[in-house]
Amino acid sequence: MNSTARRRSYGVKGAPYAFLLPATVLFALFFALPVGYALWLSFRKVKVSGLGLGSGARTEVWAGLENYTDALSDSELLDGALRVLGYGCVVVPVMLGLALLFALMLDSEKVRLTPFTRLAIFLPYAVPGVVAALLWGFLYLPDVSPFHFVLDRLGLPRPDLLDGGPLYLALSNIAVWGGTGFNMIVIYTSLRAIPAEVYEAARLDGATPLQIALRIKIPMVAPSLVLTFFFSIIATLQVYNEPTTLKPLTNSVSTTWSPLMKVYRDAFGDGDIHGAAAQAVIIACVTLLLSFGFLRAANRRQKQEAAR
Amino acid sequence: MPYTTRRRLVTSAVALALGTTALAACGTESGDGETASGPVSLTYWTWTPGMDKVVDLWNKGPGKKDRITVTVKKQASGDTLVTKILTAHKAGKAPDLVQAEYQALPTLVSNDALADISETVAGAKDRFADGVWQQTTLGTDAVYAVPQDIGPMMFYYREDLFEKYGLSVPTTWDEFAETARELKKAAPGKDLTTFSANDSGLFAGLAQQAGARWWTTSGDRWKVAINDAATRKVAKFWGGLVEEGAIDNQPMYTPSWNKALNTGKQIAWVSAVWAPGTLTTAAPDTRGKWAMAPLPQWSAGENRTGSWGGSSTAVTTDSEHREAAAKFATWLNTDRAALSALAKESGIYPAATNAQTSGAFLKPPAYFSNQADFYSKAAGIAGTTAPSAWGPNVNVAYTSFKDAFGAAAKNKSDFGAALDTMQADTVADMKKQGFEVAE
Repeated sequence: MNSTARRRSYGVKGAPYAFLLPATVLFALFFALPVGYALWLSFRKVKVSGLGLGSGARTEVWAGLENYTDALSDSELLDGALRVLGYGCVVVPVMLGLALLFALMLDSEKVRLTPFTRLAIFLPYAVPGVVAALLWGFLYLPDVSPFHFVLDRLGLPRPDLLDGGPLYLALSNIAVWGGTGFNMIVIYTSLRAIPAEVYEAARLDGATPLQIALRIKIPMVAPSLVLTFFFSIIATLQVYNEPTTLKPLTNSVSTTWSPLMKVYRDAFGDGDIHGAAAQAVIIACVTLLLSFGFLRAANRRQKQEAAR
Repeated sequence: MPYTTRRRLVTSAVALALGTTALAACGTESGDGETASGPVSLTYWTWTPGMDKVVDLWNKGPGKKDRITVTVKKQASGDTLVTKILTAHKAGKAPDLVQAEYQALPTLVSNDALADISETVAGAKDRFADGVWQQTTLGTDAVYAVPQDIGPMMFYYREDLFEKYGLSVPTTWDEFAETARELKKAAPGKDLTTFSANDSGLFAGLAQQAGARWWTTSGDRWKVAINDAATRKVAKFWGGLVEEGAIDNQPMYTPSWNKALNTGKQIAWVSAVWAPGTLTTAAPDTRGKWAMAPLPQWSAGENRTGSWGGSSTAVTTDSEHREAAAKFATWLNTDRAALSALAKESGIYPAATNAQTSGAFLKPPAYFSNQADFYSKAAGIAGTTAPSAWGPNVNVAYTSFKDAFGAAAKNKSDFGAALDTMQADTVADMKKQGFEVAE
């Protein structure tokens, strides 16, 4: 009797670990291990001797920080980062601004056909990024685009959207088109969670719908805005699909347009898996720093406001 | 307490067992431990369409007799496959046979992925033009592949529109430039052709025609001459045409490009023997209106062309049956039945010289039904292919070309500077890897 009780208590104690085991094993196998391997690769390099032909001409040696210093002094990587920064400065504010606007509009009482509109705005998110970029690519190409055809018929100038400054707008447009719906749903869901009494009180105090939106709704969905901003930063830093899909259509997108494209090119185009691993590690660190830095800053502000 | 410990032990033992099975599975070789005389089964990675039907001929005929069975695994083409082969080779599990473009052979050899099959295939040497065979030896005594198809370059033009605008077919590059300007005068909205920076093979072929030899060896050192006089001449020529607006600067293989060819906005294309296939899909409405001529020359009376594309069949160092694999590679690319099946099922242009005028090539391609002597002309042009010189990092030079020349074409800026970038990137990469490079 005594011994069964003891055994049961041990069993209960062990249960959390047993439940954790599958996740831990999967995490170790499919996350920690590959990350560790990438780290290991990033500290090594291939050394060729002589002409490099025949067996034994290639050996893998320890490189120390060489790949990292190479990556950090590589102007292409920095240029790519700057391009992505410019792209992010367009995408993130426009996308989140539109998402917030749509969410507020759907939440207001005067809107009809809400379920349909909500679905229509959300639908582009279900289109895979590559497909979206292909669709838009066709619309951007002057010779096949219906827009250009109409502009031409009207005698209006036909801007080349795949060159220079407009290229950033063209790329941003694809991301905004695809991403607004998702962010809108996140914000809309938290708007629906605001208790009705709050609005009632505001109305009794004589607040107009606009005032309610600006003074009540937006501050109350601030956590969702922080969350969507956080996701958007990560997505922006990892932009790859859209420029890669548009690349064959124009001379303006190079193989190193975004940092991730450069990683791909170095690993699979130029065959330098070690340099690519080092760059990937750097990009991951920058992404972590930026996104968590933002989260901390946002949390601190909220705490300060709560304290006030 | 004892219970938990034991359970923990059991779980770790299970995990360990699972781990070992997984490892054991990784370690098992797909190749079988049979002796050379027993039945052999080989795997073949290729992107050629219809190859399975050609291989069936082997499996039912000579392969059955020798008890060598080949299985085709269809792959993505070109550089993607090179990456895949190298990755598989790193794990020691590359297939027995692979298809490889000529310019990829040095990369594969320098990674020790390809076996020297000179003993088995030496007899096949006479079946190919010297310039083609030389690409599979890399200038050594070894032979790393058997040539399969080639892509001698040619000039394609809209016969009807040339007549309409009173243009004559250019025989030199100077005449080519004149033709481009004349067309601009006659029809400002049209272009003779475009300079496209998205396929490095085209530029490499043009440089090859001009006499460039990008990678050569002397002793234990590589010499890289991408910005040599011949290539510089080619770069300046095309850069000049783009700068003055005589030709277009937009990339090939885009919906715009298809439309330009299909509607006669672009009326010529510098391409290779495989162009009819591309034109069939890109410009279906202009079927029968095109004609093919030799590539323009750098000086009158010369007769040379470059090559764009083409591939070979190679045996990997991971193969346990290299001799059997080499035997199949030789059959595939020299046997009469195999070659005519390759022409029929896969539409390739064979590297074996006697196959270029065989039964399958008596009639012109359907798209060029108006040019009855298409293939006899093509065989003549193929015989004038200039030798090429590939190095161990063609991939790096090619990506550098796309970026540097893409930007130069877009900005209509100095192509010579773009060429210097290409040279610098290529040499820097070789030095970084540790190759001995002569300055």
